[in-house]
Amino acid sequence: MSKTYFDETHCAIGHPKSTFMQWMLTIDHKRIGIMYAAVMFVFFFVAVFTAFAMRLELFAPGGQYMDGDTFNQAFTLHGVIMIFLFIIPGIPAVFGNIVMPLMIGAKDVSFPRLNWFTFWLYIAGCCIALASLFIGEGVADTGWTFYAPYSMNTGTNVIMALVAAFVLGFASILTGLNFLVTIHRLRAPGMTFFKMPLFVWGIYATAWIQLLATPVVGITLVLAILEKYFGIGIFDPAKGGDPVLFQHLFWIYSHPAVYLMILPAFGIMSEIIPTFSRKEVFGYRTIALSSASIAGIGYLVWGHHLYTSGMSDIAKTVFSFLTFFVAIPTGVKFYDWVATMYQGKIVLSTPMIWALGTIITFAIGGITGITITMIGMDVHLQDTYYTVAHFHYAILGGVVFLMFAGMHYWFPLITGKMYNETKAKIAFYLNFIGFNLLWFPMFIAGYYGMPRRYFDYLPEFEIYHQISFIGAVIFISGLIYMFWVFFKGWTKGEATTPNPWNATTLEWHLPTSPPPLDNHSKVPYVDFDPYEYKHGEPVVKFNYETMQRID
Amino acid sequence: MGHEYVPEIAIDRDGNEHEVQGWQGDFYGGKLGFWLFMLTEVMMFGAMFLALAYYNTLHPQDFLDASASLNRLLGGTNTVILLISALTMGLGLLRMRAGDVKGAKLMIWATMILAVAFLVIKGFEWTAEYHHGIFLMHDKLLPESTLPFGQKLFFGLYFSMTGLHGFHIIIGIGLMIWLLKRINAGKVSTEHHILHWNIALYWDIVHLIWVFVFPYYYMIGAGGATGGH
Repeated sequence: MSKTYFDETHCAIGHPKSTFMQWMLTIDHKRIGIMYAAVMFVFFFVAVFTAFAMRLELFAPGGQYMDGDTFNQAFTLHGVIMIFLFIIPGIPAVFGNIVMPLMIGAKDVSFPRLNWFTFWLYIAGCCIALASLFIGEGVADTGWTFYAPYSMNTGTNVIMALVAAFVLGFASILTGLNFLVTIHRLRAPGMTFFKMPLFVWGIYATAWIQLLATPVVGITLVLAILEKYFGIGIFDPAKGGDPVLFQHLFWIYSHPAVYLMILPAFGIMSEIIPTFSRKEVFGYRTIALSSASIAGIGYLVWGHHLYTSGMSDIAKTVFSFLTFFVAIPTGVKFYDWVATMYQGKIVLSTPMIWALGTIITFAIGGITGITITMIGMDVHLQDTYYTVAHFHYAILGGVVFLMFAGMHYWFPLITGKMYNETKAKIAFYLNFIGFNLLWFPMFIAGYYGMPRRYFDYLPEFEIYHQISFIGAVIFISGLIYMFWVFFKGWTKGEATTPNPWNATTLEWHLPTSPPPLDNHSKVPYVDFDPYEYKHGEPVVKFNYETMQRID
Repeated sequence: MGHEYVPEIAIDRDGNEHEVQGWQGDFYGGKLGFWLFMLTEVMMFGAMFLALAYYNTLHPQDFLDASASLNRLLGGTNTVILLISALTMGLGLLRMRAGDVKGAKLMIWATMILAVAFLVIKGFEWTAEYHHGIFLMHDKLLPESTLPFGQKLFFGLYFSMTGLHGFHIIIGIGLMIWLLKRINAGKVSTEHHILHWNIALYWDIVHLIWVFVFPYYYMIGAGGATGGH
């Protein structure tokens, strides 16, 4: 059997003998992606259990297990880990690294050593975030948004949390930069932009957001650090600053960041739907261009986070209008996916079920987003559980669910093994039911006025929190079960062929599974569209010796 | 195992050959990457200019007064020094491309000396301001001082932005020392000078930012009654 990327690697420095050091120093994009995934899911579970602790506290009114200050620190920790350590870097760092170069027929990303450096920068950011737990007065209690002036005045360790977010932002910028150059330079001969797989389009649009938006939040965090350290007063009204300016600068980044999370996830959906419908994707160009336009419009909508912070009515109206506008390219994508499935030979494998489930959950997240785009509704629902439910439906039910879908989809590619299909489906249903039970009651509670970030509440909200708690138990069991299925699949699963799904994109046309070190043994000439099916069978076939088409 | 790139050929259905672009020795890709990185610098400083412009509209008179008290002579001298250094850096790149490695190294040294001169003058400026009671966490910039809010904000942003710019100069000097080492080691040469090219680009962005910083901080108050101190 020929050697795969598990057996050999390129290293940043020298050629160490030990396997451990080979992993630490590897510049192979596939290995780096796996390491990102390993670290990220550790943090993911830390944040999940922080959230579970909060659910436990909220099971009944009154204080049970933690006091208000601890609760504030808990939701900040949950938010900071989930947003900055997991979801924002998530899909680009994991699947962007592992799959994107394979999809465009590249041997690696454009700057493999930078990629290696970026990974360790990310680890450094994680370490700083962790250190903030133990140093000084404990982890920040500001919420993940660090709103001034409270963050300027609290005694907790806000500076370390800000530094961590800055370092992680820097890693995000470098990842985006690397991918942009890779996609521009290293596509296989013949692959024009409109012959790229749609996941690559998602990564491409994302990379531009990473590159252009992250520096703005970076400098905002630096200004906040300088202000806290040197007392400059840029955001603190007691010193003449303007806290709303902080919100503007923060959301100029952080709203595009929402699209930064969802665009690569949409890319995964656009891969899975045609593959398991055995049909050419409907409206390839509109899906590709809607990614670009979501990224573009995403820059112009940050003001909808500030409806209640003090803004002129005209500005509010403009931001509201622009926010509605994002729904158009998003809707285009959804219609294209549904149209792709129409009259397709749908195969209900686990990735497809995850994708279909996500269509439901993300649609709920998106539609509730439209209600709070309306200024009047938003004033009512601002900072209630309705908002909490909305962004969990959008981010968890959209981004993370699609990430799980992608994990199932690309699992055989990455490991060369197959997980147990039945068990994986059971895990999906546990997750899906638990998820809806957990967050749907929050829409109702929030509509009736349950505010977010409170560790105590009126007795009338008790029933919603208790249903949520049951949902949380089911959901977490589902998550653990899913990872156990993955683990079993990797260690004990049966070996698979390079293309178990009958997919058409280039990452499935590899000589072996898992891929060899240098990806495609020979780079093919791409004179075909990414999703070509005829009577439910892939059209394009290769001779894997010469990588020439034989169909 | 080495990373040497063996150019690969992809063959299409008609038997035509197409060269595959590898990541090794991709001069164009290296340039593109660095241009994109410089774009992030522009976005970063752009956000600071946004904050500056915002507070300027809130406190126009305070900004003019505060700006009038800055030392335009030293700031102007620094601007000239920085512009000359951009010239020497550019000439160095031209020398390198023309094959004159020795001349290129000379020009890099000249740029470094000018950069150090810039920092020294900046140091004099900050010291003078310190002695006038204007410095971070010091005297007039403390929360309890009676200096108008607008002026406090002006000086707060002034120290942030010139400080950050100075930090970029220091990084630039470090990069140039590294570049000289690479040239001496033969890693950067007439044929392979992407590193030189990118550091020259970096230096251009650094002085470009200063060209906006200087008028905004030093010149808007130039019409005021008080000169420099």
